[in-house]
Amino acid sequence: MKNLGSVFAAYLLGWGIFFVYFVSVGRRMASLRDDVERLKKLVGRDK
Amino acid sequence: MKKSVIAALAVMVLLGGAAYASFFVAPTERTMGTVQRIFYLHMPSAITAFAAFLVCFVANLLYVLKREQSWDWLGVSAAEVGLAFVSVVLVTGPIWAKPVWGIWWTWDARLTSTFVLWLLYVAYLLLRSMIEDPERRALLSAVFGIFAFLDVPLVYMSIRWWRTQHPQPVIFGGPGSGLAPAMWRVDLLSWVALMSLMALLVRYRYELEALRGKVDALRLVVSEREPREAEAQ
Repeated sequence: MKNLGSVFAAYLLGWGIFFVYFVSVGRRMASLRDDVERLKKLVGRDK
Repeated sequence: MKKSVIAALAVMVLLGGAAYASFFVAPTERTMGTVQRIFYLHMPSAITAFAAFLVCFVANLLYVLKREQSWDWLGVSAAEVGLAFVSVVLVTGPIWAKPVWGIWWTWDARLTSTFVLWLLYVAYLLLRSMIEDPERRALLSAVFGIFAFLDVPLVYMSIRWWRTQHPQPVIFGGPGSGLAPAMWRVDLLSWVALMSLMALLVRYRYELEALRGKVDALRLVVSEREPREAEAQ
């Protein structure tokens, strides 16, 4: 099983990239949801 | 259960199955040995990135023709997801290359054009972050995205047009190329799994862009109201 470490490293890093990307979209989405709520309150208060 | 949760679970099952098949079902390649198993992540990631950039290209073209915001949202979503897949290609390639070629990287036509592809879509996203006006941002990035896509056929054909360190094509490579049936089945499963992941990520990213559009619209309402209130006071 020569080079098995390289195979694991490639799969871990590859899936790591997808996971980090997924988390980054989720965090940006949460931040925008907060913005929507804040702006909705602001618009509602001014009516 | 929500449809999106079911879709995410289905993609996770597919990815798990593809990983299991890559490690335990695919036969060990005769000359390269175990390290060749990286192929089942490396090659399908490249094809999936091309597919994402094709979606981006079509969306960019449709934005230029129709000027509908939804095409801009799809364009940026597909570009960002495609970039994640090319990043996987650029990370897994050198890890495979080192034990097989004895070097991590070489500036041959395939590797260089792939790196240029990565840079082009990084530039696409940077360009978007530098333009404030949504319509101008959408139009300029759509035009840039159309030109950036020209590198995709170049990457695909590079190992056919030039002599490279990167191996010649094993799929659609003509006589003498090809995979053993057992390897081909595992490759196909990985390809389906990564294409499903790409579709899921593009949909998720599109939701983010739609939310950003909503924030922009609300900000506009607030900013239009502020001067009127100042005048009234």
